[in-house]
Amino acid sequence: MLNTAERSRPTQPAPISADDVEAVGKARGIRNEEPLIFEVGRAEVSGVDLPEPETVTSRLGGLERKTELGLPGLSEPEALRHYVRLSKQNYAIDINTYPLGSCTMKHNARLNEKMARLPGFGDIHPLQPLSTVQGAVDLMQELSHWLMTLTGMEAIALSPKAGAHGELCGMMAIKTALAARGEDATRTTVLAPQSAHGTNPATAAVLGYRIESIPARADGTVDPEVVKAKLGPHVAAIMLTNPNTCGLFEPDIIAIADAVHAAGAFFYCDGANLNAILGKVRPGELGVDAMHINLHKTLSTPHGGGGPGSGPVVLSATLAPYAPVPFIRMENGAPVLIEESVHALEGEQPFGRMTAFHGQMGMYVRALAYLLSHGEDGVKSASETAVLNANYVRVGLRDVMTQPFGDRICMHEALFDDRFLEPHGVTTLDFAKAMIDEGYHPMTMYFPLVVHGALLIEPTESESKESLDQFIETMRGLAARAKAGDAASFKTAPHFAPRRRLDETRAARQPRLRWRPAT
Amino acid sequence: MRYLPQTDADRSAMLARIGVPDIDALFADVPKGKLVTDPHGLPRGQGEISVERHMNRLAAKNVAAGSVPFFVGAGAYRHHVPASVDHLIQRSEFLTSYTPYQPEISQGTLQTLFEFQTQVALLTGMEVANGGMYDGSTATAEAILMARRLTGRAKAVLSGGLHPHYRDVAETISRMSGGTHEAMPPAPTAEEDILSRIDDQTACVVVQTPTFYGHLVDLRPIAEACHAKGALLVAVVTEVVSLGAIESPGAQGADIVAAEGQSFGNPLTFGGPYVGLLATRDKFIRQLPGRLTGETVDAAGERGFVLTLSTREQHIRREKATSNICTSSGLCALAFSIHLTLLGSAGLAKLAAINHANAVRLAEVLATVKGIRVLNDTFFNEFTIRVPGNAAEIVEKLTQRGILGGVPVSRLEPDRPDLADLIVVAATELTTADDRSMFAAALAEVL
Repeated sequence: MLNTAERSRPTQPAPISADDVEAVGKARGIRNEEPLIFEVGRAEVSGVDLPEPETVTSRLGGLERKTELGLPGLSEPEALRHYVRLSKQNYAIDINTYPLGSCTMKHNARLNEKMARLPGFGDIHPLQPLSTVQGAVDLMQELSHWLMTLTGMEAIALSPKAGAHGELCGMMAIKTALAARGEDATRTTVLAPQSAHGTNPATAAVLGYRIESIPARADGTVDPEVVKAKLGPHVAAIMLTNPNTCGLFEPDIIAIADAVHAAGAFFYCDGANLNAILGKVRPGELGVDAMHINLHKTLSTPHGGGGPGSGPVVLSATLAPYAPVPFIRMENGAPVLIEESVHALEGEQPFGRMTAFHGQMGMYVRALAYLLSHGEDGVKSASETAVLNANYVRVGLRDVMTQPFGDRICMHEALFDDRFLEPHGVTTLDFAKAMIDEGYHPMTMYFPLVVHGALLIEPTESESKESLDQFIETMRGLAARAKAGDAASFKTAPHFAPRRRLDETRAARQPRLRWRPAT
Repeated sequence: MRYLPQTDADRSAMLARIGVPDIDALFADVPKGKLVTDPHGLPRGQGEISVERHMNRLAAKNVAAGSVPFFVGAGAYRHHVPASVDHLIQRSEFLTSYTPYQPEISQGTLQTLFEFQTQVALLTGMEVANGGMYDGSTATAEAILMARRLTGRAKAVLSGGLHPHYRDVAETISRMSGGTHEAMPPAPTAEEDILSRIDDQTACVVVQTPTFYGHLVDLRPIAEACHAKGALLVAVVTEVVSLGAIESPGAQGADIVAAEGQSFGNPLTFGGPYVGLLATRDKFIRQLPGRLTGETVDAAGERGFVLTLSTREQHIRREKATSNICTSSGLCALAFSIHLTLLGSAGLAKLAAINHANAVRLAEVLATVKGIRVLNDTFFNEFTIRVPGNAAEIVEKLTQRGILGGVPVSRLEPDRPDLADLIVVAATELTTADDRSMFAAALAEVL
């Protein structure tokens, strides 16, 4: 048979002679530059065909819009290209390892997406009659049961919209419990380790608390004696992350909890790192009074470029009565959604409401699908694997990078400092940008604040051994390059990303926070 | 387990490399006796087939809005979402990325956020908007905190037209954060004397338009009264489609706009996740909470976008931050933005006109039912009817006839017997003439 392709065009590439050929336009292969919608859209174009409205007598009462909207429109094919081209400028879990410490970038199962889109979940209104949404309430109860059982806690407030919102909810419950004891006016201080997430002090500050910082021990953990010295009748609570932000399980957590309780204060646990211990340890057995669970971390609801999150809070028996509305009450074996404080029974004293409606239902569906898929065996296995993977990376890098707290076992994330870089004139930021050139999203950098030039690596359980080996090899290669004195290549990295390093100073000094027409 | 790639051989090799005998040796810091050894009594892992079966069974116990004549609104609205929106937000690069901390490989998210901020500013008539909040109610609470910081005053005056859940969220945060609030009584008939409540202690007045009961509010006199006393006007919008037909809050003098963005791009999903909008004037940006994306250039001089002004935020400023918010509502903001890009000015104006026309027709046909009174002179796509009898019971009877006929006000205001005969009903572009007449006929039947 005649092979026209072979006859009519060459099928072997010419030998490469010059790399630096400039393209005519701004596109580079299948990577396109994309203007703003305001630069390409037209006010009269729409990608949605709608029927003509019926002619009616307006009931807008003279408040009709007179100023122009000025919103550009795109036809459907133009819109598809705009967003698909932009998407290609993003890194994602589905592309490669995303070792962003503390953020838990694990695999996002597509089954969970499919379930959230069932019309029985996606197309139900929060205020349609409760008799038409019993399946939704059942699902909330089932998720609650899983979360309370796995954490060993007595009660749950599902509605907080994200982790920090959960912190606020838990601390509001604590404040209310203190008020019930007549101690709200005197207990005005919240203790938090220096290594805490910024949300902890920020949350306490929203509620008017004074923040007192607890320094870490030389090994990166909290010393119960230091906590004891800071406790007193003025302390409302301690906010402690466990495993902590250095990736370490607080070995003296029970002594700390006991001391906090003996002083009449509460123990708020930041559950951001629950993914290391879910199914292995029940925080309720460690003396925790309140803890939020980031469904977008531990239970893999998608991070979506920065949310939506979901931050249910589990509560101890002492705090259980104060859970905000809405909450679920079991009546004759069936879950009932209680939406308003006036419907509270004896022993139920909701402190208020965190959000309109009932919280992040779409995330509850995904989280339950995750839990059902894993089962209690899989949940435990996921935690174990997350810890295994982090230690494997730690051991694979410990001779070329530097560990701030000595060579000790970590939980789900491996923490390094910049001592291995400093002598060579390379910063943590430079190192991170060089990782981009190697096809990796950098680890979390410069957090926790207690470690100089911190590099916090969280591989998660989703990575195979091969993938970890490749990551380790790349990191070792970069460390070797730094050591070899090639600081220059780090300073100008990244070289192969859609953008070179961006000028953040200029962005902050001359803020341009929206498009405006050229004048 | 299908999500865990390691084999047993991998695990053994990795443990050996780490130099520990078994997995539990990695958990050595856990206090003695606190490692779980007894089963939790929870189910074991399941494949997709059984998980789907279980979830389908739960979903089937719910009545999907699209399966019946549907008139429920009150802060969440059933709109048509173009098919391409859901396709695009499920792109791996949008779905499985995180906060754009590394801008060189996050320009997709950053540029869409910049576009979102601009769209929100244009829609609300404000100078600047942030990258989104959790939802409308929490955005409203943040607006109040922001107004307190800006004015150095503690008191928020809440209009009786504010969504009762929003009011309760605002009351909770005010009470807990050392602020004060004065909530006006519910205003089912548009009349309230809010101007007399503004004094020199007032940080802000919070006014929703259209109100929870559907009335449109002329914000201009309220803005003037606020500014005369040094207070700020926070305008709240729970139905953003209305901004395609009604003058923007910014053009009416609002200082901060807090809104629920669900109507664009986001399905009902029983109340969340949604996306809150927060917009204000340029001069207030240092007190604006949440994420902000700004334009800049890269080292090669190319335009690019970065997260900026982060000295307002908790990860830098800790207890001195403007808010504790961290994760917001990125993917919902993207859905909002895509839908609005597809609509454009022309599409939005038309969408708003259809919503209004369908609601006008609904009001007309319901007014013909004996015993029904429409309370509104003005409305956009939602209004309040007074029924002869208990509204909750009537809505339940309608439900039994296969019609989801609005929200009885008593569900949100259970301790106000004077509101027990009110139903808030909504129409959108998805409401058909048949739906409307079926509603009217059923209502006549159950009364």
